Amino acid sequence: MEKVYILSSLPQMFDSLLRDTCGLSNFWAVLIECVLVGLLVLAAYATLAIILIFMERKVCAYFQCRIGPMRVGPWGTLQVIADVLKMLIKEIFFVDRSDKLLYCIAPFLVIIASVGTFSFLPWSQGWNVLDFNVGIFLLTAISSIGVIGIFMAGWASNNKYSVVSAMRGAVQLISYEMSLGLCLISAVILTGTMQISGIVEAQTGPWQWLIFQGHIPAILAFLVFCIAGNAEANRGPFDLAEAESELTAGYHTEYSGMGFGFFYLAEYLNLFVVSGIATTVFLGGWAPVNIGIAAFDSVMDYIPGIVWFLGKTFVVVFLLMWIRWTFPRLRIDQILKLEWKYLMPLSLCIIVLMVICVSFGLTFTING
Amino acid sequence: MYYTLFITVILTAVVLVVGAYVIAKLVGPRSYNPVKGEPFECGIPTRGSSWMPAHVGYYLFAVLFLMFDVETVFLYPWATVFNSLSANYGGAMLFSIFFFMLVLVLGLAYAWRKGALEWK
Repeated sequence: MEKVYILSSLPQMFDSLLRDTCGLSNFWAVLIECVLVGLLVLAAYATLAIILIFMERKVCAYFQCRIGPMRVGPWGTLQVIADVLKMLIKEIFFVDRSDKLLYCIAPFLVIIASVGTFSFLPWSQGWNVLDFNVGIFLLTAISSIGVIGIFMAGWASNNKYSVVSAMRGAVQLISYEMSLGLCLISAVILTGTMQISGIVEAQTGPWQWLIFQGHIPAILAFLVFCIAGNAEANRGPFDLAEAESELTAGYHTEYSGMGFGFFYLAEYLNLFVVSGIATTVFLGGWAPVNIGIAAFDSVMDYIPGIVWFLGKTFVVVFLLMWIRWTFPRLRIDQILKLEWKYLMPLSLCIIVLMVICVSFGLTFTING
Repeated sequence: MYYTLFITVILTAVVLVVGAYVIAKLVGPRSYNPVKGEPFECGIPTRGSSWMPAHVGYYLFAVLFLMFDVETVFLYPWATVFNSLSANYGGAMLFSIFFFMLVLVLGLAYAWRKGALEWK
């Protein structure tokens, strides 16, 4: 029996509104829905970017005993919007001897990877934009397009700093993809499906979040995923690719105005996507907190899934920001050592542990 | 429907980039001088091309990644069916994957032993 949560039938209701009430043909209904989905994705993307950048500035300021932006708007809330406007009206120019074609393509790839992974997030029951049956696998495939974008940007700039940064970025991103993928595989072993909505469905019910279901291996996998995800989003302490004290701004040194803006946007959205995937896979996605007491559970079920999803995701985002502003930056050899000598073997061990837990029925479940 | 949505999402990303570029081109100022076209460095003109040979360590890690990534791709289908099939074919599935993981771990151990994981 599948439980139906609040607001889950909204997309179907809208679909039947178009088809039955307005009497549109299949083509027009699909067209209108696709345009709306595109607009919604764009709006959510832009809004979240602004919120995340503002949050990062305030969080970073409080970690460093400052107060952060305060001048533009009440409590500095309009600062990021002012920044975006400034970026939009700046001139876009090229370095004379850069590779113009690759230089122009690079932001496309970075944004495609970022928007593509962003659309996999399950906002609420039935609210996925993309929900393939090979979801997790396709997600990792799309996210690795971003590496090509970053490498292309650095290489095409024809700047020594950028080329060094591109090399570092590429080797770091591909290395950390390994343990990221292995942690996701351990979650797939437990749920038995790669579909994102299926993974979240498997986590509804009392104490059914994977981090509880899979106890020790799942908690380890969550931690490894957070570390590797932080590296994958190119954020400190793994922000080697744009170490501003040694490489000016790294691979986007030569990008002006909005060209730089895209990399900035993608970086923050990747932070959100990584937290969102960690939430989806390990912390139950939109699944509400259920503890097995009927009265408590039904109150929790009344809170819409999107509130749960955003709430949990922002907790993870805060955690990653905390890590960023607490630890000093690693060196390239330390980064590679951490991945290949510690996280990789650890994630292989997690898979073995998870396999043992699943096949001997050691997972944590409450019947009833 | 999902393939339509997938194309929609990719198009959305492209529209975002093109749209922002077009706005920037329309409202942004336009000017040129030769100093602006130079790569951003310490101030004196850049010497030589930036497209020079890179440290071989990067290449080594890329090759290692390629090897392990192809191997982990094979874990996905196995992981998907493991939970549902482990009741009937538990022994065979465990044995086959432990053998597969053994190969993977041996590969890592070999690379480690050979010093491929050291940054020199």
